[in-house]
Order: sequence, then C-alpha cells, then structure tokens
Amino acid sequence: MADTHSQSVAYVRESMVPQQPAPVSETGAIKWLRTNLFSNWFYSILTLAAIYVIYLLLSILIPWIAGGVWLASDIRECRAITGDGAGGCFAVLEDRIWQLLFGFSYPSEAYWRPTLALVLLFVAAAPVLFASLPRALLIVTALYPFTAYWLLWGGTILVPTFALVGVVAGYFAYRALVDRSFALGFFGGVIVAFVVWWLAGFVTPALSDVLALQAVQSRDMGGFMLNLILGVVCVSLSLPIGIVLALGRQSRLPIIKGICVVFIEFVRGVPLITLLFVANVVLAYFLPPGTNFDLILRVIIMITMFASAYIAEVIRGGLAALPRGQFEGAESLGLDYWQSMRLIILPQALKISIPGIVNVAVGLFKDTTLVSIISMFDLVGMIRGPILASTDWNGVYWELYGFAALLFFVVCYGISQYSQWLERQLATDHR
Amino acid sequence: MASVTDPQTNQGFRISSLINDRRYRGLTFQFIALIGIIFAMAYLGINLVQNLATAGLTFSYDFLGEQAGYDINQTLIEYDSQSSHLRAAIVGVINTLLVSVLGCIAATLIGVTAGVLRLSKNWLVAKLMSIYVEAFRNVPVLIWILIIGTVVTLSGANPRDFLTRGGSVEPSSELILGAFAFTNRGFYAPAVELGAGWPVVLIALIAGIVGFFWWRAHVKKTLFDTGKLLPVWPSWLILIVPVVLAQLVLGALSLSMPDVASNNFNIQGGTLIAKPFIALWLALSIYTGAFIAENVRAGILAVSTGQTEAAAALGLRPRRVMNLVILPQALRIIIPPLISQYLNLTKNSSLAIAVGYADITATLGGITLNQTGKALECVLLLMLFYLIISLSISAVMNVYNASVALKER
Repeated sequence: MADTHSQSVAYVRESMVPQQPAPVSETGAIKWLRTNLFSNWFYSILTLAAIYVIYLLLSILIPWIAGGVWLASDIRECRAITGDGAGGCFAVLEDRIWQLLFGFSYPSEAYWRPTLALVLLFVAAAPVLFASLPRALLIVTALYPFTAYWLLWGGTILVPTFALVGVVAGYFAYRALVDRSFALGFFGGVIVAFVVWWLAGFVTPALSDVLALQAVQSRDMGGFMLNLILGVVCVSLSLPIGIVLALGRQSRLPIIKGICVVFIEFVRGVPLITLLFVANVVLAYFLPPGTNFDLILRVIIMITMFASAYIAEVIRGGLAALPRGQFEGAESLGLDYWQSMRLIILPQALKISIPGIVNVAVGLFKDTTLVSIISMFDLVGMIRGPILASTDWNGVYWELYGFAALLFFVVCYGISQYSQWLERQLATDHR
Repeated sequence: MASVTDPQTNQGFRISSLINDRRYRGLTFQFIALIGIIFAMAYLGINLVQNLATAGLTFSYDFLGEQAGYDINQTLIEYDSQSSHLRAAIVGVINTLLVSVLGCIAATLIGVTAGVLRLSKNWLVAKLMSIYVEAFRNVPVLIWILIIGTVVTLSGANPRDFLTRGGSVEPSSELILGAFAFTNRGFYAPAVELGAGWPVVLIALIAGIVGFFWWRAHVKKTLFDTGKLLPVWPSWLILIVPVVLAQLVLGALSLSMPDVASNNFNIQGGTLIAKPFIALWLALSIYTGAFIAENVRAGILAVSTGQTEAAAALGLRPRRVMNLVILPQALRIIIPPLISQYLNLTKNSSLAIAVGYADITATLGGITLNQTGKALECVLLLMLFYLIISLSISAVMNVYNASVALKER
C-alpha cells in the first residue's frame, strides 16, 4: 500500500490515529450549560435573571425556615427569640394545629373520628382510583358514606344503618323490576327506599343510645376538615347530577333540554360567592316556614349545584367527542336509550372527560375556601378569624398562609398527578 | 313488498302508546317534567310569599333610592356617603369592570410571557416557570389574594418620609423618577389633567388610530394587487404625529405630579391608587396568568412541528415562521380558553371583599345588603349583573369561534 503512492504523494499515514476525546466544550457539564443555559446572549441574560430571582427567593426563605421558632406561647415570645425578625414564627402552627385542622369547637377527645374517616377515605377511594385492586374492596367504598357520616357527626349508629338498609332495599326492588322497564325499576327502587326510611323514622328516636358516639353539630365542623368534607361530598354528589344534566342538554326533547340549558348557563354565569350568599341569606326564604336547615347543608346544596353545572359541561364535551357511529351502532343493536347510554356511550364519554372532571374537582376543592367569606370557619376562615384576631398571634401572616397554601398544594398537586397517570393508563390508542 | 308494512302504522294511537311507543313517550316525559318544574316553582314561590309575609318584608327595589350612608375608598365617579344605594352599586360595577379589564390585560402579558418561557430551551427559566404555574394553579385564589393583599398592605413607606417641607428637610425616601411613590397609603402617580382643547387631542388620537389601520390595510392590498411591498413604519408615524402635534400646539393635557413640597403632612396632587385595588389587581393577574400560561403552552405545542419545518423549507425566517404560520394556528386554539379565563378573572374579582376593595359584591352584596336587609333583591341584582357580563362575553366568544373555525368544504 505504502509503495503505490510513495512516488506521487508526499505523505501517507500508515496506521490509525487513536480516537481523541471530545473537546471539553462539547462534553459533560460544560456542554450541558452551553446548550441549556447559555446558548446565546439572550438566553444568558435570562439565565442570569433567573439565578438572581432564585437567589432573592432563597435569601428570604432559608433564614425564614432555618431561623424559625417552633416553641413559643405567643408572638411576643417568638419575636424575642428571633430578635431581628428574619426567622419565622412557626410556633403558631404547633400551638393552633388542631384548630387549623378541625376548627375550634370540634370536641378534642373526638379528633380520632375525622382522622379515621380520612384514613378510611383513602381505603374507600383506592378501588375506584386504581383498577388493579381487587373488586371486593368496592364494598368498603359503598359502606364509606354511612361510616363517615357516623364518625363525623356521631349519634347512634342506627341512623346510618337504616339509611344503608333503605338503599339496599331500594337496590333489590330495582333489580326485581328493572327487567320490565328501567323507569319502573328506578322509581320502584326510590319508593321502596323512602318507605324504609320513613319506617325507620319511628324507630330511631326511641333507640338513640344504641352504639352512640358523642353527637357533633354541623356548625362545630371547621378547619381543613370542613374543606375536605365540602370538597368530597360536593364532588361525589355533583357527578351523577352532572351526568344527568349533560344527557338532558343533549336530549332531543325540547323542554328537558331547555331546563338543563337554562340551569347550566345560569349557574356558570354567576360567581360561586353569589351562590354562597344565596345559601347564607336567601335560601331560607324558599324553604317551608319553620324549617331550619344547617348552614353547612345549605352550602353543600349550593356548591353541588355549582359543581354539577361545570361537570355537565365537561361531560357534554366528552359526549360531543364521540363519533356519531357509536350512537347509531347502539341503536341498530336494538338497545333502548338507557341501555345504550349505560353500556356504550357513557363509558366512553366519561373516559374522555376524566381530565376535565379532575380539573373541576380540583377547582371546586380550592373554591371551598370561599365559605370563609360567609363567615364559616374553614381553614382560611380559622386563620382570618380566631387565630389572626387573637392577641397571641396577631400578625403571624406568612406562617399561617404558607401552611394553608402548602396543605392545598399537596392535595391539589397530588390529584392532578394522579389524573395524568390515569390518562396514560386509559390511553387505548396506540402511539 | 306491499304486504311488509310497519306494524306500528296500522295500530294508531292508544293510551298505552304514551308509555310504550317511542313516538309519544318523549311527549309524556316532557309533560311530566314540565308539571314537576311548575309544581316545584309554585312550592318555592308560595314558601317565599309566606316567609316574606311572616317577616313583614316586601319585595321592592325602593331601597336603591335611599341614602347609602357609607364611604367607599376608591371611586371613579363622584360619590359620597350622602349618595344613594343605586349610586353605590354603580360605583361597585365600575370598580369591578376596572379591575377586571386591567387584570385581563396584565394576566395576558404575564401568561403569554410565562407560557412561552416555559417552552424555551433555557432549562433554568423553563423550570422556574413550571414552579410558578404549579404553585399558583394548585393553591386557592382566595389564599393568594390574602397573601398578596398582606404583602401590599405591609409594604410601602410612610408618605411623610417623602416630604421635603418646602426644602427644609432631607426626605428619607425619594420619588421614583420624580413622579411615582409607593407609600403605605397607596401608589402615587401623576394625574392627567384635561385643559381647554382636549377634544381636539382626542379627535387627533382617533384619527391616528384609524390612519394606522388604514395604512396597514393599504400596504396589504398593494402587496396582494401589485406584489410591491410598501414600508410598514409610516403607520406608526400616522398614529403618533397628529396627537403629539395637537398636544404641542394646544397644550391641552397636563400632568399633575405628586407634590411633596407644599404640605407638611401628606403628599398633595397626583393620583392616589388605593392599596386594595393594587392588591386585588396583582393577585388576580398573577393567578390567572398561571392558567393562561398553560393555555398558551398547549396552543403552541398543538401546532405540529411539520408546520414549522415546512415553513422553514419555504425559506421563511424564524420570526416570519412564528408570525405567519405558527401564531395564526395557535391562536385558534388559545383564544377560546383564554376568553373563559377572562370570564373566570371577572368572576374571581368578586373576592375583592377579602382585601377591602369596593367592587359590586362588596357594595351591593355586602354593605348595602347588610344595611337594608334586602337580601333577596340585592343577591338577585348581583347575579343579574354577573350573568349579563358572562353571557355577553360568551356571545363575543361564539362570534369569534365561528369566524376562525376551520372552513371545511
């Protein structure tokens, strides 16, 4: 080889040169910095600005947390310990944690009850949220509303038991009659359930001591517990109502469609706070004279109305996204309206709507803080009312608001992460 | 074929077909629903009448004419405690609209910036923007309003620190640019005072705006008709020159600067923007900005990369790719959710009461309601106001959606 070119070419390399390492500027940390942070002059300025912002934030946050005081009886003692005031006064959380979580008049010896209810909520929600868990756990879910009611409000166990018996009796009546027609089964079930409840109404007052927990009034509920109660109850109630409203809005029957459209557009057009005003001061005018609803119950009614209108719109989007062929296919199989909805349309439409429903649920849970404006003592209401107004902790804003923000962030961020996971699980299209 | 007929057509109408025949069953259901609704309405109405009678109340809007008797800290129209409840409600409406419009503008700026930056290849900036978006989206707006309200309330120097007392004292704080001061009373800014001849300036401004768009339309038309590209910059001259000329000649508009010299106790002159407004405006814009950022990001990501590549292959420069190819397609996706965010911002402005800003919920639904006890009337009026705003914004949105919808033929 070397000989062939030795006359015509001045130099021929005869062996392979060992491979050189890549230039320093093209490897490792420097390469990463150059592509991700300093790729051109504009990005360099942005990076420097971002570093400055992070420095500013950390220079406030780190001394605040590191220099924080966790043990003190009031704000003056806190300030005396921190001196210059850079450290936070986290002692307020230690001092008032039970008020923040449960409100100020929930009996303290019964704190285990809402805590247990919360733990059971996770157990009850698990089989709904994760399809891989054994289906038998759904029994826990079905029993949960009654258990939770008994734990939170106390009283005799007979009330939730009879409520459960009524539901079960109604279900069996529905099963017995549904073969004739869906409407017959549905209304038969409802009637049987009401008969059982009506009969139970004679029994329970006489036996109010059977397995009774200390009864707690609704107005004694407060703190983050109240936010959780409102959020969970209203979202669960608004789902079925929202589905019915969405179907009603899609209906071919003009009167039913009109009623649903007016309801949905009206509720979506006004802010939640005006509906809470209605619950607070107006709703009583529309109830029969002499009835006295709990404020918490009135608020649950209004928030449920609010949420169901939004959920109806999300589900309508899901229904609209289904190809017409699905509706026509169901009809050509000879299924009637309710069968085709239950077996063909809704399973698909609800799957499409999951991200939207989760969005509404997160938004609704955040909006439960608005009840503090009609002077209910939820987490925000507790902070703005009894705690910041007390002479002991007047002026401890950041620690309290930070704590509230953190609690909500953990819950809402968790839910949205779950929804993204679920979307990936349910994606049946192949990409 | 004649023997095969639909059996139903032969049966005709029977009573049982109201339940069993699909043609009539719908009518039955609707009739039942209608009766149910009428009964429910009548039941609620009778309860209402009875309850009002028991409480000795009547349903009337006469209280709107009565003297309100309370002060409002920020009013754009003339108002004092002698004015009527109606006037207080109008002040509230204007305040709601003010904070909503300014909030929408600021939220759009913040949201578009954050959304674009979150997509940028700069790792640090993108992460920082994710933190901003997640932090604001996952925490209730009320908590943010309270936090930002507290920040604004606690910040700012005493106005006395700015005073020079006729040059005798060295102030501990200086006016920013000689015109702005953030004090614990609020934000002082120069006030615009209208002198003689201000309508001329206004007309010049309108003419400038019309001319601005006319020139741009003219450039486009010439380009499409003849292929000649006229310069675009004269449109800015047309916009600016007439106003500046009119102002220079007439001197109609003058700025009244905050005055720190003449008074020994407080800053005089200028405009004072009250703190509750600043707090609510900031909180709503930053909160809604996080949602808008997500919409913008989703909209830009929805335009497929093939579009960008095709535009680049045609030889378009990056800026033109953005302006001519990506933005028009992304906007179609971004604008509907953007408008519903505007609607959310307007509805969230009803939380003004938490920072003490006098919007319609705080005046009509708060103080007026508590003073007069006319709960039903006040809440109805309040809902009506928000309904009108929501429905008109939805109407605008529907028109827009129809105009940009893909024209499939």
